[in-house]
Amino acid sequence: MNEINQSILTLILLVPLAGAVLVALVPDRFKLPNWIALLTALGTFGLTLHLPAHFSFASEAPRFQFEITRLWIEKPAIFYHVGVDGLSLWLVVLVGLLAPIGVVASWNAIQARRKLFYALFLVQQTAMFGVFISLDLMVYYGFWELSLVPMAILIAMYGRKDGPKAALKFFLFTFIPSAPLLVAILWLYAKTGSFDFATLRFWVASGALPAGALFWVALAFLFAFAVKVPVFPLHGWVADTFSEAPVALVMVVAGKLGLYSMLRFHIGLFPVQARAVAPVLIGLAVIGILYGACLALVQRDFWRLMAYAALSHLSLITLGIYGLTLTGWEGAVYQILNHGVVDGALFLLLGLLYDRYATSQINAYGGLAAKLPRLATFFVIGSLAMIGLPMLGGFVGEFLILLGTFTGVSKGWAIAAAVGVILGVAYMLWLVQRLFYGPESALATSKPPQDLRLGQLCVLWPLAALMLVMGVAPMLWLPTIETAAHPPQLRTPNILPLVLPRSASPTSLNGEGPQ
Amino acid sequence: MNPIPDIFRILPEVILTLTGVLVMLLDAALPPHWARRPLGWVAAFGTTLALWGSLAQLSLPEGTGFSGTVETSAFTVFFHVLICGVVLVALLLSLDTLPEDSHHQGEFYALVVFGAVGMCLLTGAVELLLVFIALEISSIATYILAGYRKDTPRGPEAAIKYFLLGSFATAFLLYGIALIFGATGTTQIYEIALLAPTALNHGFILAGLGLMLVGILFKVSAVPFHVWTPDVYEGSPTPVVALMSTAPKAAAFALLLRVVYEMLPTLRSVWQPLLWVVAVLSMTLGNLAALRQQNVKRMLAYSAIAHAGYLLAAFAALDSTGIAAASFYIAAYAAMNVGIFAVVTLVSGYDEKRPLIDDFRGLIYRSPLLGSLLIFFLISLVGIPFTGGFFGKFYAFSAAVGGGAIWLAIIGLLNSGLAAAYYLRLGLVAAQQPDAQKPVVPAPKVGIAVGAALLLAVAATLILGIVPSDVLHAAENAAYTLQAPSTNTSAPAHVFDLKMMIP
Repeated sequence: MNEINQSILTLILLVPLAGAVLVALVPDRFKLPNWIALLTALGTFGLTLHLPAHFSFASEAPRFQFEITRLWIEKPAIFYHVGVDGLSLWLVVLVGLLAPIGVVASWNAIQARRKLFYALFLVQQTAMFGVFISLDLMVYYGFWELSLVPMAILIAMYGRKDGPKAALKFFLFTFIPSAPLLVAILWLYAKTGSFDFATLRFWVASGALPAGALFWVALAFLFAFAVKVPVFPLHGWVADTFSEAPVALVMVVAGKLGLYSMLRFHIGLFPVQARAVAPVLIGLAVIGILYGACLALVQRDFWRLMAYAALSHLSLITLGIYGLTLTGWEGAVYQILNHGVVDGALFLLLGLLYDRYATSQINAYGGLAAKLPRLATFFVIGSLAMIGLPMLGGFVGEFLILLGTFTGVSKGWAIAAAVGVILGVAYMLWLVQRLFYGPESALATSKPPQDLRLGQLCVLWPLAALMLVMGVAPMLWLPTIETAAHPPQLRTPNILPLVLPRSASPTSLNGEGPQ
Repeated sequence: MNPIPDIFRILPEVILTLTGVLVMLLDAALPPHWARRPLGWVAAFGTTLALWGSLAQLSLPEGTGFSGTVETSAFTVFFHVLICGVVLVALLLSLDTLPEDSHHQGEFYALVVFGAVGMCLLTGAVELLLVFIALEISSIATYILAGYRKDTPRGPEAAIKYFLLGSFATAFLLYGIALIFGATGTTQIYEIALLAPTALNHGFILAGLGLMLVGILFKVSAVPFHVWTPDVYEGSPTPVVALMSTAPKAAAFALLLRVVYEMLPTLRSVWQPLLWVVAVLSMTLGNLAALRQQNVKRMLAYSAIAHAGYLLAAFAALDSTGIAAASFYIAAYAAMNVGIFAVVTLVSGYDEKRPLIDDFRGLIYRSPLLGSLLIFFLISLVGIPFTGGFFGKFYAFSAAVGGGAIWLAIIGLLNSGLAAAYYLRLGLVAAQQPDAQKPVVPAPKVGIAVGAALLLAVAATLILGIVPSDVLHAAENAAYTLQAPSTNTSAPAHVFDLKMMIP
């Protein structure tokens, strides 16, 4: 068992890669690439489930578990150093869960050049896992950049109308900000001689590095992450990417990488500097919530509507993160997970609609509920989970974030954010109404009804069940998340230890030394 | 005095020269109607042998031969192996892409090999006159190769442009050598390093350094001496460009490293800001110009200018990290650039009927292999992790950051973001659906030789990107030997006589 614990993270990285190679080698017949991709994705998902099953919650357990450290490159000292804590643990599982859903969503949508699609899709999986488990900044950066490539190629080649343009936009928007990020990482290395997360955290907290430069370094980190999330003024790529990219990629990529990186490498590495910029981010997040919701209200294309809805929801999570309260933090992480699941389901369903009717114009639809009752039912469930109906997943996260903001940040921001959430109810329910109810449109009558099939049901039932479980039993997840935010030995009510009180000296709270 | 026979100090050069002569002789001796293609294999074999010869030099003790004019050290071996490798790939590439009936095919292979002699000699020379001769050997071969396609108007144009401007640049270099000789009374690099700090005519040395830099920066096509690059690349046969954009550049960079770090390290305060400015100008102007190109070779020419800029960023570092980073970058750049030109050769064809970016449309559908390779090399040029391009940039810019040039690193990395735009444009065009209106272009055939060339380039790019430790180690050794002046050179007496003669 110990050996499995030692190699499980490496296996999680390598299995999708091996699957990708296999997909590239087999002939494109009998849906072989699809099946291999599906089996690989399911296998990887099974492997990721090993992590929560064997994660130790004991208070004396180390923060990072399943850790491996191997020297990769001697000079500069880059270590293959991976491990998960309560924060990345569930994100890894989430990526594992979304992969088979992505394959199912592409099952019929991708007809031509399936080998390339599934091979790159699996490479994308490896890159995502790598981002979540890397504890060496260079390895992390490597996977971070690597995750752009399959995405850009897939958008370009499998995009709906104007793929190459959207791919270019996506790539440049996310690649250029990583230039300052790399310079910042190199600067840290030049000063400390290490890329290791824990060591760097120690150095940053020790106060030995010049504070003025650290501010800019932290800002460079934040900038790269904020574009990826996206945070309000940096969201230019989102709408195009969402409306062009294959469904599978949108659901896999949206939000998680950037938000996780903020938690781990911005707030986690630079708590003091993060506190300094937090007010700005709170403001931008609230603007993003309202702006995204307002734009979502007026979209005529459901991909674009979902893009702005995502902007709104991800901004809410950003608010939870930069509110810097324990409640908000827990809500944020929980909401990342929930958003992943719900968005996965909704995008799968919208993708099916698009495949069938070949348009994303909302007003072309109408009255589909009678013809596609199952699809409509699942869409309604997903929408309700998304808008935060109690008993479903979205409620827990949104409630915690708003609570944290209300008590820990400011009542005004919380109220403004709540208004955004209410607008969210408006655009989602209006979308449901326009797509599935009302008089049957010409488009709906033009094609014979074909409701969800067995394979799709096999995916959607578990997802719907998961939304319900996440709504009623958040205690299954929150303790793990808490261990990451809040090492047990340092518990103080509702103050994140990562976020220092202004007066405390940076070293006094740092439990870990350099390794 | 020297127990090692001098001939071993120039083993790869000797092997290459013999190969070149053999190819020339065979070309003349074989009946005219026989195919000349086997001569290419002879040249490739000779180059492989030279590559082995360079590696064998590693067992020699470090030192100089031929009265202190040629050196063998980890530094020279690093560049010899690199140059021989690139030449080998270029030869394999030409083997399959030169048309069977092209004139003077034998000469072509011989010239490539002779050029390699000059480049190898250039990296080993520690005497400025030999440096000049080596540079001329390599340049003259390249001038002729640039004009190899005599039947098109662009070929001779490229050759003449390259020749005229190149001669100017070499003249500058020679003038610089003369001035430095005037100030120090010697042309031996180690002696100059010893004498330069105390030389009476400091102005001569400064002027000499400036003039030499002009000559070298021309060869590496750095702004503002880059104007020839796009035209020459466009007019030359693509296999030649694959060679020209990598091997002579590597040799010239080796010379630059030698001149600034070994010959005049004391003038760091002079050359470092100069190279800083040239680096920023090269990458920025190169990338901006590349954005607007329609011709793939012109685009890659400007990209080569930008890469020279990234490489020069490493010179902002102190000492050995900078040398190691620059050496590593050259290796990574050579691997990916020779690879992408190989793909471009196959797609455009020898006659270059399809030179535009739009002609690459749908490449991945026509030929999945070439399309994926093109995208792979482009990804490496962009600098995505797990490819050689990434670690090249990484080392270069971390050297710059280590040397305190944070702004240079920021400008450089923002530039690489800018560069991603045009690399990606080509990649995306290749990934686009083919135009239904246009006639279907048959997929280019990938022969054995070209396949081997591509395999070498891909393997090198991947190795440099995934397990760079060994190459980096070699680069660090190279840097170390370049830094520590050889001890077995004693300044001849006449040097001091001459010095006294100069007022």
